[in-house]
Amino acid sequence: MTDDIRQLIKEFGRLPVDVDTLATDADLYQAGMSSHASVNLMLAIEDHFDVEFPDRMLTRGVFESIDAIAAALTELGVQVPA
Amino acid sequence: MSVMADGDRAFLDSIIEVADEVAGPHADSVDRDARFPAEALDALRAERALSATIPAELGGGGISFSAVARGCFELGRRCGSTAMVFAMHHIQVATIARHAAGSQWLESYLASVAADQRLVASVTTELGTGGDMGRSIAALQPGEDGVTASFEKQAPVISYGAQADDLFVTLRRSPDAEQNDQVIAVAQRGQFALEQTGTWDPLGMRGTCSPGFVVRAQIAPEQTLATPFPQIMAESMVPITHILWSHLWLGIATDAFDRARAFVRAAAKGSSDGAPPPVAIRLSHLLAELSLLRAEVASGLAEFVEASEEPSRERLLTMTSTLRFNNLKIAASEQAPRVCQGAMGVCGIMGFKNDSPYSVGRHLRDTMSASLMIANERIHQTNASLLLIAKDV
Repeated sequence: MTDDIRQLIKEFGRLPVDVDTLATDADLYQAGMSSHASVNLMLAIEDHFDVEFPDRMLTRGVFESIDAIAAALTELGVQVPA
Repeated sequence: MSVMADGDRAFLDSIIEVADEVAGPHADSVDRDARFPAEALDALRAERALSATIPAELGGGGISFSAVARGCFELGRRCGSTAMVFAMHHIQVATIARHAAGSQWLESYLASVAADQRLVASVTTELGTGGDMGRSIAALQPGEDGVTASFEKQAPVISYGAQADDLFVTLRRSPDAEQNDQVIAVAQRGQFALEQTGTWDPLGMRGTCSPGFVVRAQIAPEQTLATPFPQIMAESMVPITHILWSHLWLGIATDAFDRARAFVRAAAKGSSDGAPPPVAIRLSHLLAELSLLRAEVASGLAEFVEASEEPSRERLLTMTSTLRFNNLKIAASEQAPRVCQGAMGVCGIMGFKNDSPYSVGRHLRDTMSASLMIANERIHQTNASLLLIAKDV
């Protein structure tokens, strides 16, 4: 799952740094992700994993790192492929 | 409506007295000369109103946020500029108070604001950021000695900068941080120098004295808020700003309505057939407009107070919440000048003249600043983005 998330961050996060070098717990906002880019990333993640984040999960914290996004997806029942 | 606590009631009574006895009588000269409302601020200090939002255990008033919002409304009815200075000061102080826990420096700072009734100005806008408070160019630069830090910020506007004791400043966290990696620093008088870069002769809110400045400061590293900046924005600064501003805009609009009502009453007394004069119908239309503004302002406050009482204030961190308070700002900033213009329509030439008891020119000019202070179009841009993803708005 984290590879998929990383790929989506590459496409939509508009980060000024190399996404491949980011640790899974690195703060994406500190890495330069803008609020607008984060919304595009959320849309892309909803689309890719076929989920809808409820409003209570639409906070900055839920999308601040690859790990945080993965945890949110797991909470929504997205299965980690074996 | 809950029953007001005794402390809140006494606070509001003192604010109403300052509004009626001091701010109101000086409002026209403050506006005409674009001068700081010094008399009203002295009176507010004498009532210890500048520490209303500081907890009692730190020497503050421990006044509820609702009562402080109501205070902004009451001051707005008498002098928009005084109300704006009061509101902006409390945006900074309430924000610090909500995020001071665990910081000995911030807690003792708040105690000194209470003890000395220090006035705090905000330095959140910056040349080159296009009015986006979520980005900074100026950075907090650690000193080589390890015990000081410094910054220089080009501010196109600092309201009452020349009159402030302390500054509340947004900065990049460090010289190598991204523009959106920000921190809030507090600089005290004696630690900063201001170089004025512009003049101040605006259409309205003339008493806020808000020219541009270059700020140069040297502070201690602990003079910053530890809570992550985006969380401070979502949980405190944005909703508190929009709620206090909208209360004072409602106050200004309410006084414009009251003047229109007084005008209609005077006209009715002069008519002999007992029917309401035709202009009374326009006043009725105007009341409908004022009621919309009143309802939006009241519900915004109620939702914030409710969400703030939840243990972790998580609801305030959601995008839905950001949309909610952004909308309060947009709605109130557009509706307040609409009410003032309607009042001028009712009063006619008597409302247009500056020297008539029914004058509403200052009200109209003051409220026209509302849509510019954090420009509505910028807020719409943010909302447009959030609406792509938020669901139950």
